Amino acid sequence: MTMARVKVTKDDFSIDEACREITTSRTGGIVTFIGVVRGEDGDERTESIEIEAYEEMATKELESLREQAIRKYGLEDLSIIHRVGQLFPGDNIVLIVAAGAHRPECFEAARFIIERIKKLVPIWKRETSSSGKKWVEGEH
Amino acid sequence: MRIRVLFFASYRELAGSGETWLEVEEGSRLGDLTQEVNDRYQGIRDRALVAVNGRYVEDDPILIEGDEVAFFPPVSGG
Repeated sequence: MTMARVKVTKDDFSIDEACREITTSRTGGIVTFIGVVRGEDGDERTESIEIEAYEEMATKELESLREQAIRKYGLEDLSIIHRVGQLFPGDNIVLIVAAGAHRPECFEAARFIIERIKKLVPIWKRETSSSGKKWVEGEH
Repeated sequence: MRIRVLFFASYRELAGSGETWLEVEEGSRLGDLTQEVNDRYQGIRDRALVAVNGRYVEDDPILIEGDEVAFFPPVSGG
């Protein structure tokens, strides 16, 4: 059975499992990008973050980005996991696994996906730090 | 007709709720609903992103009964 290639979930992920799931005899390279909760930003110390998503739309947007990246870069396969809920410094937030026959398309696709997640996918972070709680607003 | 309106993140807090139903006239467009939302909830304007039935829209579609319209601030996932 094929596992879902896009997940928006509270659960942590296993990078090994995610890589294994998308490796086939045609795979020549795999690039992973992992976003983690930063514990310090300048003078501010982050205690925790809360991640909220418009889950139905976020999942559709991630599926659409995945299809675009596979087509655009000629990848063999790609999976994306984005976590929601309360997370602490060092915790995993997002995993992108790009598998291809050769390395260039894998690097480019992983970059393409993370940059678009940051602009398009309806997910937000609220940080609790030494100076209080605040929503992180994106670059749109 | 009634439209289901969703708010997320800081807009949910501004609106005091993540979901409400608004009554608009038959034939109303997204722009009409956006104006109504801007009037009711100060702070939800300018930088708002808008999705209809879970998709971003580029134009100003005519809404139909039961449509789900979401308003949210610039995203910050990843």
